[in-house]
Amino acid sequence: MTAQETPAKPRVAFFDFTSCEGCQLTVVDSLQTHPELLDMVDIVEFREASSDRSDDYQVAFVEGSCTRPSDEERLKKIRATADLVVALGACAHLGGINTIRNHTSIEDVRQYVYKDKGEWYETYQPRPISAVIKVDAFIPGCPIDRNEFIHAVAHLLQGRLPTIPDYPLCIECKLEENVCMYLRGKACLGPITRAGCGAICPSFGDGCEGCRGIISNPNLEAMETVLLEHGLSMADVHAKMSMFLTYQTLSLEPKE
Amino acid sequence: MTTNVKIDVHHLTRVEGHGNIVVDVVKGELKQCNLQIVETPRFFEAMLRGRPYLESSHITSRICGICAVGHATASLRATENALGVVPSEQTVLLRKLNFFGEILDSHILHAYMLVAPDFLGVGSVIPLARSAPEVVLRALRIKKLSGDLCAAICGRHTHPIAMTVGGFTHFPTKSTLEQLRERFEAAQADVDATVELFQKLEMPNFERDTEYIALHKKDEYCFIDGEIKSTDGGIWPISRYREVTNEYCVPHSSAKHTRNQRETYMVGALARFNVSYDQLSPKAKQAANALSIKPKTANPYKNTVAQVVEIVHAVEESIKLLDQLIARGVKWEDPVPPARLTGEGVGAAEVPRGVLFHNYVITEGRVTGANCIIPTGQNLANIEADMRALVPSILDRPQEDITLALEMLVRAYDPCISCSTHLLDVKFV
Repeated sequence: MTAQETPAKPRVAFFDFTSCEGCQLTVVDSLQTHPELLDMVDIVEFREASSDRSDDYQVAFVEGSCTRPSDEERLKKIRATADLVVALGACAHLGGINTIRNHTSIEDVRQYVYKDKGEWYETYQPRPISAVIKVDAFIPGCPIDRNEFIHAVAHLLQGRLPTIPDYPLCIECKLEENVCMYLRGKACLGPITRAGCGAICPSFGDGCEGCRGIISNPNLEAMETVLLEHGLSMADVHAKMSMFLTYQTLSLEPKE
Repeated sequence: MTTNVKIDVHHLTRVEGHGNIVVDVVKGELKQCNLQIVETPRFFEAMLRGRPYLESSHITSRICGICAVGHATASLRATENALGVVPSEQTVLLRKLNFFGEILDSHILHAYMLVAPDFLGVGSVIPLARSAPEVVLRALRIKKLSGDLCAAICGRHTHPIAMTVGGFTHFPTKSTLEQLRERFEAAQADVDATVELFQKLEMPNFERDTEYIALHKKDEYCFIDGEIKSTDGGIWPISRYREVTNEYCVPHSSAKHTRNQRETYMVGALARFNVSYDQLSPKAKQAANALSIKPKTANPYKNTVAQVVEIVHAVEESIKLLDQLIARGVKWEDPVPPARLTGEGVGAAEVPRGVLFHNYVITEGRVTGANCIIPTGQNLANIEADMRALVPSILDRPQEDITLALEMLVRAYDPCISCSTHLLDVKFV
């Protein structure tokens, strides 16, 4: 390319696996405030919003968990094509809500929902996409935070990986001047969960559910102390820990 | 005349979730005509087992990013009915207003971004943003307003935070409501322009009469609670939803099919319009008149037109609700506590794509049985019946035209496929 030529816009594709597609919807919503995003990239695949399709892209945003063997092949093809794979949201990043069922066996889950027809439908234990392919970056959350997505895209356009916080939510919650959820008698995973969402759940009266994943150095003991001091039960926290974090917490448990 | 047609649309675009259209015509005879649902099974009912009852609405809102508020609402009503919770008048008003936010958001997304490109000869809303920016910006403005409305009431539309069993955990301030009131008033011009746009788009000419089913109330166009009503006659309390839905499995779909008095039935905006036309707001009735749609309309492509009528209704009714809430003042209320921790309940809501049922059994505060019946699952058999009726009547057209007609038909139903693929009969403990 000569110096006079305008650099080609990055070719971007969106893919969905097992998910509610709410993160892609948040991407569409980010256009409400940032319509200029459309001028910065060429969106070559976005099945939920567009009939145009292409197998030539540099950046792949992947929403959803891998929940069946045939998903792996599709993921590997995306990995082989894209220079950069970005996990979009908790399902792709952590396995997310889909992994709640990993506490029970596949046979049990299948039989419960589809009875004797369970065998008709292919499935296995849900997992994050990083369990199958190398992931270059992730945008956490259920759903993703609109501003963080825009921020991440800005970084990617400048050839840098997005910076995602690795400190606990409590820091942002204090900045929001919220009354601590523990003082309001509610369990909250803020002390061990990655910040970046502006503590939106505590700001709207609910304890953090950990959808952005656990920080790299969680102080679980201190958290237990806080719980006991406020007369709350570990069962409440365990229920929260298994909403989005089952895949992570199961992998922390000792193997037989 | 085309006598052999093979259509295989793999992963139909501009719909929520993964579906394939498969049509096989040999020597003029229709051999196969399916809408295959290839979305992964999601197993939400199995996931709810053992969870604390307060989590149900947060887990089930994750069934769908587009109708997250609808799932949360039906879920909360099921839990409240199970545990003997009667929400306050303020909660009922806030939930209704919040619900209009979702109806508006979803209908605008569908009408402008998923359906309109077919009529304007483009592949998506992206080229449309260049060729007709005023149309796209108008859609984004209404979407932003509806999103901001939900954000003010429940934190965000996808996925709601402050909605909980017995009430809310956060409340909008008076000035927030007043600002929203002003913006809704200003949005009337965009709503009028939306009606004008859809007056110009001519829907394909195809009719197939079917049974239309929707929730119904005598004194309002019903979105939450009410009774189940059919255009073939019959009214059922929501607790007897299984007598209406009669789910069954088919091998080509991970979403279950349903049938009531005929082989298939339809739910969604057109079904609501056909069942509850009398309860529409005055402006919505004017819009229906301008759009030349009246009950009962049997053209499924006009589901999108019925959505436009509901957009008008939702804006007019939202302004009324905002006035009511501003006049009475929103107070900080603690959620109504459960009267018991064991019980069974059904909740129902008319989410954008039609009637949704959640049914839970709760034992000592934990969910022990769950069943959800999703609008798109209820529509699948009806869509296939439409396809079987439509294909023979258009066999003389080029294959691309037949494919487009079928894609547009499926899209008109605004299917929400990831919603519909988790569910089947469930044995209650």
